[in-house]
Amino acid sequence: MATFVKKVTVLGNIVKNVNNCTKRLSSHFVYHPDNEAPVEGEKTKMNMMQAINNAMDITLKTDPSAVVFGEDVGFGGVFRCALGLQEKYGKDRVFNTPLCEQGIAGFGVGLATAGATAIAEIQFADYIFPAFDQLVNEAAKVRYRSGGQFSCGGLTVRAPSGAVGHGGLYHSQSPEAFFAHAAGLKVVVPRGPKTAKGLLLSCIQDRDPCIFFEPKILYRSASEDVPIDSYTLPLGKAQVLKEGEAATLVAWGTQVHVLLEVAAMAEQQLGVRCDVIDLMSILPWDEETVCNSVKKTGRCLIAHEAPLTSGFGAELAATVQEECFLHLEAPISRVAGWDAPFPHVFEPFYLPDKWRCYEALAQLLKY
Amino acid sequence: MALKSGVSFIRLKRLSHGIRSLSTHIRPETSQNGSKNADFPGAKAPYVTEMKILNENSYDPIPIYRVLDNNGEVIDRREEPKIETETLLNMYKTMVQLNQMDKILYESQRQGRISFYMTNYGEEGIHVGSAAALSPRDMVFAQYRELGVLLYRGMTVTEIINQCYGNHEDPGKGRQMPVHYGSKQRNIVTLSSPLATQMPQAVGAAYAFKRIPNNDRCVICYFGDGAASEGDAHAAFNFASTLECPVIMFCRNNGYAISTPTSEQYRGDGIAARGPALGLNTIRVDGTDALAVYKAVEKARELAMANQPVLIEAMSYRVGHHSTSDDSSAYRPVEEIHKWMQDEDPVQKLRLYLEGKGLWNLESDKQFAKEARDLVLRTMQEAEKKKKPHWKEMLEDVYYDMPLNLQKQMNQMEKHLKKYKEHYPIDQFQSE
Repeated sequence: MATFVKKVTVLGNIVKNVNNCTKRLSSHFVYHPDNEAPVEGEKTKMNMMQAINNAMDITLKTDPSAVVFGEDVGFGGVFRCALGLQEKYGKDRVFNTPLCEQGIAGFGVGLATAGATAIAEIQFADYIFPAFDQLVNEAAKVRYRSGGQFSCGGLTVRAPSGAVGHGGLYHSQSPEAFFAHAAGLKVVVPRGPKTAKGLLLSCIQDRDPCIFFEPKILYRSASEDVPIDSYTLPLGKAQVLKEGEAATLVAWGTQVHVLLEVAAMAEQQLGVRCDVIDLMSILPWDEETVCNSVKKTGRCLIAHEAPLTSGFGAELAATVQEECFLHLEAPISRVAGWDAPFPHVFEPFYLPDKWRCYEALAQLLKY
Repeated sequence: MALKSGVSFIRLKRLSHGIRSLSTHIRPETSQNGSKNADFPGAKAPYVTEMKILNENSYDPIPIYRVLDNNGEVIDRREEPKIETETLLNMYKTMVQLNQMDKILYESQRQGRISFYMTNYGEEGIHVGSAAALSPRDMVFAQYRELGVLLYRGMTVTEIINQCYGNHEDPGKGRQMPVHYGSKQRNIVTLSSPLATQMPQAVGAAYAFKRIPNNDRCVICYFGDGAASEGDAHAAFNFASTLECPVIMFCRNNGYAISTPTSEQYRGDGIAARGPALGLNTIRVDGTDALAVYKAVEKARELAMANQPVLIEAMSYRVGHHSTSDDSSAYRPVEEIHKWMQDEDPVQKLRLYLEGKGLWNLESDKQFAKEARDLVLRTMQEAEKKKKPHWKEMLEDVYYDMPLNLQKQMNQMEKHLKKYKEHYPIDQFQSE
């Protein structure tokens, strides 16, 4: 399914350009490093790629059943997330598979069913769809259909997702909403190195199959002091990054940084403060944190890169409307990618950037 | 595929001194020019100067290995497997028990007592032959027409019938359709309806076993000729071979996928021909001959335990309808079915073999069939009386821990049922 052209040309360019993406895409977002430490102890500077590598390293070191596999994982992966792991742990633990996503997912379900810890990589989230059947009909339902006799909780599927500046249709997608409709799966998106390490370790150790979407634009552009010890961040829990009373802003992945900037703009230009929430877990999601915030602020703006119609924002909006009806002072606002395939040269017009989010917030506050 | 199959043939011969018919592909003339291989990384092949296009006629068809003729007599004494008497009788009795279950459960579906059923007629030899050659610790990934394997492994008639009724004693808690069995303790992974999905999973499980020090387990994966057309089948063959997994990929080629005959399913030499093309040890056997299946699986297990994956294609004929939702006379002549029932019945073949050895007779046959029938009828009556699981089981096991959204939904349903109880079949289900 993944094409030869993909590998040879597009991929090469992306890898090269991801290195420069901060510069190239400075208009899209500014990375806001995490200042709070998730745990005490020694820290070292890591970008998100290194934090993910570190999480897999810790897993391979501590769990002898753990294996890491996927297309081109052996030499370190096209985004270098598995760098050095094969040399360190051997070819039977970190290895290439044939180029076949349904095979990767099915193979991972089988490993986990037999009790192993399986960390599968899908090279781009855009190519996860051949594995959709294995993930939705199989992985999500193993425990339920067997009455708890079997499970594939040891499975974690990692996939780079989201906009990267020039990825076009098949190197930019954010497919979380497709999976949010599959009871039995957990779907998680980190916003930077610290959350990536903690959430990935949680996914790997969790007793349910997890899909971990890594915003690829952050692999190298996001860098911060990450604790070197093992630590986990809870799944199904959102995080309030900034507090205010004018509105609740909700996002995940790269878009969190866009909304943090929008909140700063609102503070500066409109003199209002907003709650900014990183949802982190898409499925199951933290209804309590989001609804408590909206009950306080009375206004809610949700933003995501994926298309608007049936995007995960729709689920959030419907629940917030039902739970916070008497507190809402304006209709819930959704700022998302347009209902079109993700375009190449039009990317700056397609993304829900800070200006589109800022305008939506301004309207929301005026309502 | 030209030289590829030639290469596998040589490798196979080296690996499998025992089995003669493991692969019979003949090296086509085009590649026999004695020149050394070209340097392309993608294939080990010499150049030729004569252009020749290959197709399925470039090779002899892979022959069908058989031990018994249709009178239950051993054709070549050297090939007769050494199986203990107790095992042989257990194999035969499993076939009879399977037939009785199929007969009665099929009828009970017709009477509306269970919602769905699928029989195993014509494939009994495949089930008992393969199951007997495996270790009980080997993991089974099945499609859905392998009830004999489950019975042979010790799944009880009670467990099977409880599943079909979805009562509270079904370990699957009544969540899946009938015939979707599973048993953790017998290493039978719970079946699911999507075809071929179990195939790459079986390969993954085999890889997990391979990594366990002193591994003594392999994985067997059953699938039909129709399922072999799915992309997952291709994935599984290729992963098994490149990742060198201790797995036996076992195809039941019974001629039909519901109404689709194999001529509309594929145009090559069946499923077996795909094995050498993907680097798998391969053999085609007579699936109506339990002894041939036993021998093939016994050898395949040996290879698999050396991390040499094997593909077995067992030829058979689907004597029954596809399922209770299917009337197969709509797409195939009744005479065809009768021919297979009379001449190549796997149960009859094994019975004649046992009779020839003085291990079985008409009297014991009648008596055991009656016992098997009574057991099924008695168990059904009991299963019918058992309540279905508590409705709350509907929302359990979705996740290891129940998330808040599901807890909320369970409370909603509980409240709803308090108010509207009389509109639901609540008395058929267990209560708190």
